[in-house]
Amino acid sequence: MNFLDFLLNPLNLVTFFPLVGVLVILFINRENSNAIRWIALIASTLTFGISLWMLVLFNPADPDLQMVVNIPWIQVAGWEISYFLGIDGLSILLVLLTTFLTPISILSTWTAVEERVKEFMLFFLLLEVGMVGVFLSLDLFLFYIFWEFTLVPMYFLIGIWGGPNRVYAAIKFFLYTMAGSILMLLAILWLGISQGTFSVPEIIAAGVIPGDIQLWLFLAFAAAFAIKVPMWPLHSWLPDAHVEAPTAGSVILAGVLLKMGTYGFLRFNLSMFPEASVRLAPWIAVLAVIGIIYGAMVSYAQKDVKKLVAYSSVSHLGFVMLGLFAINLQGIEGGILQMINHGISTGALFLVVGMIYERRHTRDMDSFGGLWKVMPVYAVLTLIVTLSSMGLPGLNGFVGEFTILLGAFGSKVLNTPWFAALAAIGIILAAVYLLYMFQKLFLGPVDKEENRVLMDMNLREIVTLVPLLIFIFWIGLYPSPFFNLMEASVAKLVENIQVAAMAGLP
Amino acid sequence: MTLAELAANLAKILPLVVVILWACVLLLVDLFVPKERKAWTAILAAVGMIVALGLSITQTGMNSEAFGGMIVVDGFAQFLTILVLGSGLVAVMLSYDYLTRLDIQRGEYYVLLMFSISGMILMALAADLIVIFLALELLSIPLYVLAGFARPQPASEEAAIKYFLLGAFASGFVVYGVAIVFGASGQTGLNNIFQGIQGGSVDLALLAVGAALILVGLGFKVAAVPFHMWTPDVYEGAPSSVTAFMAVGAKIGGFAALLRIFVSSFGVLAVDFTAVLWGLAVLTIILGNVVAIAQKNIKRMLAYSSIAQAGFILMALVPYGQEDVIGDAVAAALFYLLAYAFMNFAAWAVVITLEKAEGKGLAIEDYAGMGRKYPILAAIMTIAMLSFTGVPPTLGFVGKFYLFRAVIDGGFVGLALIGVLTSLVSAYYYLRVVVNMYMRPGEPVVQRDNWVYLTAAVAGIGIIVLGIFSLPLLTWAAKATMSAFS
Repeated sequence: MNFLDFLLNPLNLVTFFPLVGVLVILFINRENSNAIRWIALIASTLTFGISLWMLVLFNPADPDLQMVVNIPWIQVAGWEISYFLGIDGLSILLVLLTTFLTPISILSTWTAVEERVKEFMLFFLLLEVGMVGVFLSLDLFLFYIFWEFTLVPMYFLIGIWGGPNRVYAAIKFFLYTMAGSILMLLAILWLGISQGTFSVPEIIAAGVIPGDIQLWLFLAFAAAFAIKVPMWPLHSWLPDAHVEAPTAGSVILAGVLLKMGTYGFLRFNLSMFPEASVRLAPWIAVLAVIGIIYGAMVSYAQKDVKKLVAYSSVSHLGFVMLGLFAINLQGIEGGILQMINHGISTGALFLVVGMIYERRHTRDMDSFGGLWKVMPVYAVLTLIVTLSSMGLPGLNGFVGEFTILLGAFGSKVLNTPWFAALAAIGIILAAVYLLYMFQKLFLGPVDKEENRVLMDMNLREIVTLVPLLIFIFWIGLYPSPFFNLMEASVAKLVENIQVAAMAGLP
Repeated sequence: MTLAELAANLAKILPLVVVILWACVLLLVDLFVPKERKAWTAILAAVGMIVALGLSITQTGMNSEAFGGMIVVDGFAQFLTILVLGSGLVAVMLSYDYLTRLDIQRGEYYVLLMFSISGMILMALAADLIVIFLALELLSIPLYVLAGFARPQPASEEAAIKYFLLGAFASGFVVYGVAIVFGASGQTGLNNIFQGIQGGSVDLALLAVGAALILVGLGFKVAAVPFHMWTPDVYEGAPSSVTAFMAVGAKIGGFAALLRIFVSSFGVLAVDFTAVLWGLAVLTIILGNVVAIAQKNIKRMLAYSSIAQAGFILMALVPYGQEDVIGDAVAAALFYLLAYAFMNFAAWAVVITLEKAEGKGLAIEDYAGMGRKYPILAAIMTIAMLSFTGVPPTLGFVGKFYLFRAVIDGGFVGLALIGVLTSLVSAYYYLRVVVNMYMRPGEPVVQRDNWVYLTAAVAGIGIIVLGIFSLPLLTWAAKATMSAFS
């Protein structure tokens, strides 16, 4: 691979293009906030453009890794570390989600972030590099670098631009996530030593990890991913981080960072430890279902809108986990689609909450009421987003959740319809807390004086939300292009797990 | 020994000879340098180290003995020599303005620095217990004086006397250990001892006692728990430029000796000593990391952090008896020492810019507002802190990765687990500096000092760039180890 090919590889470009924005911003005077905002927006939009180009080059019929970059990186004294990027049906949608949400988040900060804009944008673009890198890297060492690196910019985003309790939330976020990742690091080291390589496809192909060791490795990786998802009972960092984070931070946190956890289960646990996955699937499903119901119930108890949305993530990601560990075609496809849906819907919900917070500087639901009359456009758009998050048929959430339930229902691994049945209760509960929230904010009389003078959405805010709304309808009405992208890879994964698990069974 | 033989022997250790002679000459030259022109002494000292550095680089690939096997010139020695000389240069850069500011600019400073460096180089070259003891004293005594260089400040004097008393005590352990090893084997040359053990002519029980005493003495030097008591007070009381140098230099010296002695001669004792070293390493990383949390003064925090870092390096010694692992482990230790030098100098450079006379500007709270007012310095400090924690993509991360790999490869998964868990603990106090710099308001004032800025910038960029492109350094460390212990 010559240098130009390397440079122009779509995966390299999509991962590192935001760094161009970083470099330019470094040389701009910090007083010139608007220029900095524009550069960040342009850099991230161009990155999105590159990811679309990558989509054009992507062949959905091919289940294997595409556009691979694989060059030796650190190969000395028994280390076999490569710079190894590749994309397949498991990761392509998540990469697109990342590049799509980043410019939207940046646009949402236009008036919300007034202080230290330069640093904000620097961290934001660095964060994008880390996130895309996580979804593309296929060498465990490289993956760990990106994975751990995302902590740093997010830590600053929460800690500097967050709410009143931001320092506590930022440190909690950092330590909690690091606690999981260091266990994964040990597992990575163990794998690297015993397999002689850190390359994920090679480890899968070798397929020689004995069953009981798989169990330990699975748990070590799961520690990192379950905290990130977050799965009940490891979720307690999430409400703090979300509530304190600035709006754009929450959007990215919910939209993309949490998906790094679910993606990790998909790419590493399911692929590398198939036997352990099959053995532990019912346990994961139990935690997922508890998360679904617990998250929904706690959401209902919140007074702070943002906290409500935060806990709803625990519930929604429970669905994703249930789908993934149904370990069949529908379950995993539904799980992946639901990752995207959650990114879009919850991202949109956080944006909507951010808009009202910018106007009123409170998120207490009791301070609102009757906003429909004052801000009709805002109300309609919020309604759509809320319904999408609820899983109303015709909108995106429904497709994902329905497919997951189908998968869980017919799952041979879980082997009981009860998981699906209990999870279905979660859908009903979601309707309860989300409609309750909508009613508190928008319906009834306008009984607070401050609320009478609120401005409706401006053009920039509408521009921020509309792309998300397009996808809400698109996925809801015509999801097959999305399923097509992942189908081949998921089918291959499921087959591999079945073969491996069969072989491992006595 | 004829004159020609002597010359040939000296030629092999030319970098060391240059440093020592240069220091002696500088001591005289300095008498004629007027007080307000002490920059000349600093520059001359730096030139001497650059010359030695150049000579050391020309020795690449050399693998031979000198002075009847008391000294070996191999990759291991060369690696550490270059590291020591580099650290010495950085120390000069950190010192000049700082000493002027504290009004303790005296020419002996640079001479003492060079003597101490020559001790460290000798330690890297030593293959005989007597030479090791000689090197230990040569590196330590100038450091005792340097620690007290800010006299008549009581803290500095206290640091010097404490360091001296405990250091002398530790030297006593080493020399007693050497005597007992001699008693057990009738030899002082490391290779001879090894061959004696092979031949079965050595009293192993007595040898173990000697080895234990040597371990205690060197444990003092590298600040391993429970021999670390002096560290926080000395680090805090000594002038910061001295502390910055001492933290790296004394560790290099101590670990050079530990690695050389244990790996080349005491492999037979591994059954017992692996457990002892395991305990030492665990105690050191746990105590260092946990006590650092309680510190309010940045110098004390960095002192405990350096104890913890010593613990990490000690981890590499745990599997020292396993022939298939030890190569990697020693290479990992060398690499970690190098990484540690980078992070240490980045952090201390920032500390020095903020330090004011009479120990002001050293509380961690004094860093509040740095991120806004001095974004570049704050960024460098952040990089150093993240690297200490082991967050990628930094040198510190690669270093820990390499270390833990060797440890797991040796079968000590539990030790690696303790290592990563304490890294998590350390994140808390390292991040506290970051929190103060970026998330609390404040109006710090730093001293403008171009050499210190340069050090900070080079170290900070090095941590990231070398963290990403670590292959050349890893190869270097691996080759250095191969040439010495294959």
